Amino acid sequence: MRSRLTGGRVLHIYTWAIIVWLTLPVLIMMLFGFNDTPGRYNQTWEGFTFKWYGRVFALDELTQALVISLLVAVVTAVVAGALGTGIGFALGRYRFRGSGTVNLIMFATMSSPELVMGASLLTLFVSLGVGLGAVTITIAHIMFSISFVAVVVRARVLTLDRSVEEAAADLGANAWTTFWRITFPIILPAVMSGMLLAFALSIDDFVVSNFTAGTTTTFPLWIWGATRVGLPPQVNVMGTLIFLGGVLIAVATSVRSRPRKRSSA
Amino acid sequence: MQSNPPDPSLIRGLTQRRLGRRDALRMSGLSAFAMALAACGVKGTGSTAPSAPAPDAVAKYWAGKTSNGKVDFANWPLYMDPKQPELKKFTKATGVKVNYQEVIQEMGPWFAKVQPQLAAGQSIGYDLMVITNGIQFKQFVDSGFLAPLDHSKLPNYVANADKSYADTAYDKGNVYSVPWTSGITGIAYDPKKVTRPITKLADLWDPAFKGKVGMYSDTQELANFGLMALGIDPAKSTAEDWKKAATKLKEQKSAGMVRNYYDQSYVDALGKGEVWITQAWSGDIFQKNVSDGTDFKFVIPEEGGTIWTDNFAIPITAQNPLDAIKLIDFFYEVANAATLAEYINYVCPVPAAQEQIKQDAAKLSGADKTAMEAVASSPLVFPAQSDYAKLHYYVDFKTVAEQQEFQSIFEPIVLA
Amino acid sequence: MSRSRRVLAPYLLILPGGLWLLLFFVIPMVTMLSLSLQQGDVVSGYVFTGHWQTYVDAIGNYRTQLVRSLIYGAITTIILIVLAFPVAYWIAFYGGRRKPTYLFLLLLPFFVSFVLRTISWRYILTDEGMLLGPLKDAGLLPGSFNILGTPVAVIFGLVYNFLPFMVLPIYVALERIDPRVVEAARDLYADPPTAFRKVIFPLALPGVFAGVLMTFVPASSDYVNSAVLGSSSTTMIGQVIQSQYLTSSNYPTASALSFTLMAVLLVGVFAYARALGTEDVMKVAAR
Repeated sequence: MRSRLTGGRVLHIYTWAIIVWLTLPVLIMMLFGFNDTPGRYNQTWEGFTFKWYGRVFALDELTQALVISLLVAVVTAVVAGALGTGIGFALGRYRFRGSGTVNLIMFATMSSPELVMGASLLTLFVSLGVGLGAVTITIAHIMFSISFVAVVVRARVLTLDRSVEEAAADLGANAWTTFWRITFPIILPAVMSGMLLAFALSIDDFVVSNFTAGTTTTFPLWIWGATRVGLPPQVNVMGTLIFLGGVLIAVATSVRSRPRKRSSA
Repeated sequence: MQSNPPDPSLIRGLTQRRLGRRDALRMSGLSAFAMALAACGVKGTGSTAPSAPAPDAVAKYWAGKTSNGKVDFANWPLYMDPKQPELKKFTKATGVKVNYQEVIQEMGPWFAKVQPQLAAGQSIGYDLMVITNGIQFKQFVDSGFLAPLDHSKLPNYVANADKSYADTAYDKGNVYSVPWTSGITGIAYDPKKVTRPITKLADLWDPAFKGKVGMYSDTQELANFGLMALGIDPAKSTAEDWKKAATKLKEQKSAGMVRNYYDQSYVDALGKGEVWITQAWSGDIFQKNVSDGTDFKFVIPEEGGTIWTDNFAIPITAQNPLDAIKLIDFFYEVANAATLAEYINYVCPVPAAQEQIKQDAAKLSGADKTAMEAVASSPLVFPAQSDYAKLHYYVDFKTVAEQQEFQSIFEPIVLA
Repeated sequence: MSRSRRVLAPYLLILPGGLWLLLFFVIPMVTMLSLSLQQGDVVSGYVFTGHWQTYVDAIGNYRTQLVRSLIYGAITTIILIVLAFPVAYWIAFYGGRRKPTYLFLLLLPFFVSFVLRTISWRYILTDEGMLLGPLKDAGLLPGSFNILGTPVAVIFGLVYNFLPFMVLPIYVALERIDPRVVEAARDLYADPPTAFRKVIFPLALPGVFAGVLMTFVPASSDYVNSAVLGSSSTTMIGQVIQSQYLTSSNYPTASALSFTLMAVLLVGVFAYARALGTEDVMKVAAR
């Protein structure tokens, strides 16, 4: 018994060490958002200041890149959410011919190297001669997000209690009504999680965007390009704000979902 | 009475499934696949056989172009004062707003990035860009991606530019481009870490600097230094020479000399101490010393240095070409050429600017005055004929096959 | 719902998404394969000729990088299993009510763009930076010592970026273990190490497998870590492919390398699945 406890203690400290190690660069990034640096190079600590938070949108190109990232992410979340929910629902609810193929393709998109997916999309767009830009970026993001949404939705649909739907049918509701008024609201949290996941994947995507963007810049692409000449503090500030925003949303969704868990169908 | 039971193989042959539905589907799928493979192709927009532009191309392009009051200008870093005084002056004088973005770091990636969009006839988001003479410049021209310039809209250029630029091999008559600046590739080093003076290309191979040498990832820059280190004139080099140069560069790499192969980011690496001695572009070092208070030194090696020209060019899908060409001409006013050269310290294409800089220097005093007088007499900004003797252009190619061979010889050095 | 409607329902549901995946995942693979067999140049265009010599040349030229990438990927995966298992174990068995919190803390850094995180590491590990600077000033390290630019830095970055992808699957597998099974082992006189070795670890293996799948493939094909933290002596095949597409516009070679990489990784994954006895790779993926 005692050895189990000390083993537990060691692992406890180890786990915390790992968590700290994982968070270290984030802390450094946040710290240098307060650096009173004169030039663009933001490498050595000069002093503490809040001024960059006031000048967050001073760099037009950076702000534009951030806006494009957000727009692409929103569109991706909505479209991939819709398409992925369809697939996830079908896979979770029905058994049909071709479900194996669909599963295989989904597995392939989730485990394919991003590099290969991005590169192959580039070859498609080049062969078609359609050019590159925000549209092609969005197409790519939707493509790799669909499977993630589908997996989340399918997991929820598999554990759905059909008795509620059957009760609705007994009360005279047709299939359409049953779906929209009973089933969909129940799986909605899963759909929202899927959409949130798609949003997160899209806004952070670098590799696939690199191949499909052309001269358009998204936030990660801008950062990548700017490392040559030095990252301005605005990047740190934006990174910090996005980070805090994500944390808030995550905490909010988990707090909201807790009471509901008790009374879930 | 029953005869002999039929031969099992006969039964098998009679009843064997010939071509089931699955097989048919599979085969049609495969043949569709094969057809799809063969049907794919990438249409090229140009041809690599050089041909003169159509005589009315200029008129055709510029007909009907209107001024929209803005220009999106793509340039390299360290080519303008961050406060952008010339651009502000331009906006005040013409009312045209300039969106200046330092998005070009290396020619290869720049061409690869904009090529799909230009090939599709799509705007790349820029009306004006600065591109170096070299392989990619030729690719831009051959692909038909550059707008032919209307010299009647470039009065300052016609009046003030150094006439030698009109006769260059890469753009005779300046059909598609006019120079922004020229520059020299030499060696930069940190005198605090490199305690002896550097004078030769051979110093980049000195084992004393193991792991602290920076070289360019651009194959043309890299190859030139390899060739000149062996005493070969790049302009006269052959495939055999390239292989020899590649061997020398590979030796440098396998000896652990090279920290990394850089694009524009070599300045950052030098500043951080990741490299102590590196291939460098002349004006960058001057600017770095001014902006960061460092004391890096730039030298043109004894064996020779590379000279290149970065040129204004208007992409054919530009949305605001009229405003762009106004901006080009603006930089050929003597005063503007002078202030630009004073800051960026690169070779100025306007000879009259030298006098202008001397006059500007006379208005200053003390250290500022000496600094500006130094710019006016600097061989890096106004090289004399004798300075040009040591400088070589990039290797030129007669055919695409030659160019591809060149690339395949030098690319692996950078990538491996 | 009428019979035919019910039969049609799943097909209608998967149609839009399936079409999207067909158009933008499957077909691009075909165009990439096709482009790898084409000849020409970027100016005058490419034509399909079935020219497979491109593959031979490409693999011959960049064999080192391909092998190096697989080695880096393998080393990263092994290090990750060693590092991640204890974390997953502790959270699963000792986490108690705070399990979601710990998982959240693990995933927290991922709210920052991974490009930004990797660049932050570059700042931390730079030659005269906050880590090495003081050590060099104190004379503990020679002046020319550097972490950046070495394989160590690249693998460090890979391990850092993919840690949660290994922790989560292992955690999920461990969490599912019925504590009564462990209790039963104890009742049969197994001491903790034996219980771990014979009961817990084998039950966690599917999680380990899933984790390997989610880390080996992306780690081997990564190019960001090597580009930011490495140097030309650590070049990975991802960088070569990216460079051939986006620097040299050499589409046939780039596509050939890309296709080869994917084929190698696919073969590896399926061979691995077979070796571990997991017949249905889909079943594991479906979890």
